Amino acid sequence: MGLRLPSKVLEHILSFIDSNEDRNSVSLVCKSWFETERKTRKRVFVGNCYAVSPAAVAKRFPEMRSLTLKGKPHFADYNLVPDGWGGYAWPWIEAMAAKCPSLEEIRLKRMVVTDECLEKIAASFKDFEVLVLTSCEGFSTDGIAAIAATCRNLRVLELRECIVEDLGGDWLSYFPETSTSLVSLDFSCLDSEVKISDLERLVSRSPNLKSLKLNPAVTLDGLVSLLRRAPQLTELGTGSFAAQLKPEAFSKLSEAFSNCKQLQSLSGLWDVLPEYLPALYSVCPGLTSLNLSYATVRMPDLVELLRRCSKLQKLWVMDLIEDKGLEAVASYCKELQELRVFPSAPDLDEANIPLTEQGLVFVSKGCRKLESVLYFCVQFTNAALLTIARKRPNLKCFRLCVIEPFAPDYKTNEPLDKGFKAIAEGCKDLRRLSVSGLLSDKAFKYIGKHAKKVRMLSIAFAGDSDLMLHHLLSGCESLKKLEIRDCPFGDTALLEHAAKLETMRSLWMSSCFVSFGACKILSQKMPRLNVEVIDEHPPETRPESSPVERIYIYRTVAGPRMDTPEFVWTIHKNPEIGVSHLAIK
Amino acid sequence: MEVINGLNLKDTELRLGLPGAQEEQQQQQVSCVRSNNKRKNNDSKEESAPPPPAKTQIVGWPPVRSNRKNNNKNVSYVKVSMDGAPYLRKIDLKMYKNYPELLKALENMFKFTVGEYSERQGYKGSGFVPTYEDKDGDWMLVGDVPWDMFSSSCQKLRIMKGSEVPPAL
Repeated sequence: MGLRLPSKVLEHILSFIDSNEDRNSVSLVCKSWFETERKTRKRVFVGNCYAVSPAAVAKRFPEMRSLTLKGKPHFADYNLVPDGWGGYAWPWIEAMAAKCPSLEEIRLKRMVVTDECLEKIAASFKDFEVLVLTSCEGFSTDGIAAIAATCRNLRVLELRECIVEDLGGDWLSYFPETSTSLVSLDFSCLDSEVKISDLERLVSRSPNLKSLKLNPAVTLDGLVSLLRRAPQLTELGTGSFAAQLKPEAFSKLSEAFSNCKQLQSLSGLWDVLPEYLPALYSVCPGLTSLNLSYATVRMPDLVELLRRCSKLQKLWVMDLIEDKGLEAVASYCKELQELRVFPSAPDLDEANIPLTEQGLVFVSKGCRKLESVLYFCVQFTNAALLTIARKRPNLKCFRLCVIEPFAPDYKTNEPLDKGFKAIAEGCKDLRRLSVSGLLSDKAFKYIGKHAKKVRMLSIAFAGDSDLMLHHLLSGCESLKKLEIRDCPFGDTALLEHAAKLETMRSLWMSSCFVSFGACKILSQKMPRLNVEVIDEHPPETRPESSPVERIYIYRTVAGPRMDTPEFVWTIHKNPEIGVSHLAIK
Repeated sequence: MEVINGLNLKDTELRLGLPGAQEEQQQQQVSCVRSNNKRKNNDSKEESAPPPPAKTQIVGWPPVRSNRKNNNKNVSYVKVSMDGAPYLRKIDLKMYKNYPELLKALENMFKFTVGEYSERQGYKGSGFVPTYEDKDGDWMLVGDVPWDMFSSSCQKLRIMKGSEVPPAL
C-alpha cells in the first residue's frame, strides 16, 4: 500500500511556499508533486528568456499571475552587447495572451519591448495590474499611453532606466478620469514634459499612490503642487531641482516636504543646488533609502544632509562624497545596509577626487549591518580589503571597481590577490562578487576554493592564463552567472569544464582568447548549451584558432534561437552544418 | 613586437579602425587592452611598446550605465557613420566650436573631403554629404542651423555617399 498525499492536501501545503527555488525542488520529488506544483504556481521567474520557450512556460503554469523575464546579458548595460542582439518580449507576450489571459503582472529586464507588445498587453489581460520595465528599449510613449488608457486596474507602472522613444508628454493624459487604482508610477527616464495639470489630477484621484518618480522635466513648482496632493507618499523621485532660487520657492518646498510624514525613499535630485538641500532636512530622520547619485553636490553639503539620516539603510552617492563624507556616514548612518559610490568623472584622465579605499574602510568599520557594496575607486590596497573582510564578514554583495585597469596595490605594488582572498574566505555568505585591479591566477584559486555561495561573478582585465578560468569553473559551487572581459584565457579551461556550464545560467566572455574552433567543439559536445559567437566578422573567414570577439553561452531546453541578427552565429549541433544563421522574421 | 604569456598580442588585437589604417591613432577605441607598464611581467623585455590606448576609449569601461556617463555636461559623444565603412566612430561634439572644425575632424577621421557648403545647394564637389539626426528623429543636412543649435540637438552623424544622396540635397 503506497502512502500518497492527496493532491488537495499538497496544494494546501504549497500555498505556503512562495520561493521559486523551493517550488523547483518540490517539483522534482515525483510526477504528482510536479503536477500539483505547476498547477498552483502563480509567480513565474525566467532568468534567461532563451533558456525555455514561451509556449512551454505557458503550458506548464496555467495559473500564472505574474511573469518576470530577463533578456540581454548584464554586460549589455555597458555597451558590450551590440544593438539588435535579441531579447524580444513579443513571443512571450503573444504566448501568454493566448494561454494565460489572467496574467496580472509583467516584469521585464533588459528586453526589447515594442509598442505592439504594450498594446497587446493592454488588449489581452483584463485584470492587468503591474508593469515594470527595467533597462528595456524599443517602445515609445504611444505604447505607454495604450497601457494607461486600457488597463482599468493598473496599480503599478514603472519605467526604470529604459530607452524610450519620447513622442511627447501626452501619454499621461490617457489615464481615464475613472482610474483611481494607481499605487506606483515611475516615469523618471522620460525626457518630455508632461502636462502638470494632468499629473495633479491623476495624483489627486489616486488615494493609494505610495510611490511617485518624476522625470527631470517636472519643475520644483510642479513638485510642490504634487506633494501637497500626495502627502501619503512613501517613495519620491523628484524632478529637476535646478530653478531660480526664490525665497518663497524654498519655503514652499520645505513646507511641502515637512508634510510628507511617511516618506522613506528619496531619489531624483538632478541638478540639485546645495541651497535647496535644507528643504529636505525634515524628511531625513525617516529616510531609509536615499539616491544622491545624480546630485552633483560637494562633500560638506552632503554631510549636512546625511548626518540627519540616522535610519538610512540604502545610500547611493557619487564619489564627490570623498573619504571624509564616508567617515561621517560611518558615524551617523548606523543602519546602513547598502552603499553604492559612483564615479563623478568616469573618464579616468580627469579623476582627482579625494575618494580612496579609506572611505570604504570607514563605512565597513562603522556600519555593522553593511552587506552590499558597489564602489568605484581609482586604486586600492590589499590592507583595505583585509580590513573590510575582517570587519564585515556579513557581506553578501561586494563589487569593487578599480577604475585603473591592472592597478596593483598602490602601496606595495603587489597584485590584489591577498585582498580578494580575504574577501572570499571571510565573507562566507557572499552571493555576488566583482573583482578588479591587478590580479594573478592565484586570486582566482582562492575565489574558486572559498567563494562557495557566490552566484554571480564579474571579472575584467585580470589573470595570467587559462588557470584562472580553470580555478573558477572547478570551484565556485554555486556559480550561476559568470561574465568576463579582457582576460587572457580561453579554450583549454572552457572545454575541460564544459559540464559545469550546464549547471550555470550563462557565461559571457568578451575580448578574451576563445577560438572559434573551441566554440565549435563545445557546442557539439554539449547539446543543451547554446554557444553564441557574437562577432562582426563571420567566424569561418578566419582560422579556427583565431579568437572570436564575444561568446555568450547559456543552458537551454529550447534549442538554438531563431531570432539571431547578422552578427550572432549559433553553432549548429550537427558538425556537418557548422555555423548557421537561423533567422525567422 | 609585444609578447605577453607567449602570445603575440598584435595578431589577436581587436581594433576598431578602417581597414588599412596604419597609424595608431591616439583616439583609437580598443576592446582588448594590453597591459600597461605597471604590470609585472616575467619577461621584462618590454620594447618600445606603442603608447597604451587613451583610457577614456576603452569600450564599456568603467562599467557605468550610459545615462550616468552623460551626466557629465562637459562631454557630448555622438556616433558617426560613413556609408561603406565597416565600423562606426564616436566624436565629442563639445570639442569643436564651429562647423569648419567639425568637418575637418570628420575629414581626418574617415579620410575624405566634403565639398563646399552653400545654403542653396548643400555640399557640392565631392560626393560626400554630412547629415545628422536631430532630437525629433529627422535627418538634416549639417550646416543649415547655427552651430549651438546643431550641437545641442545632434544625436547622430552620418556621412552619406554621393550616389545615395537624393537630388534635392
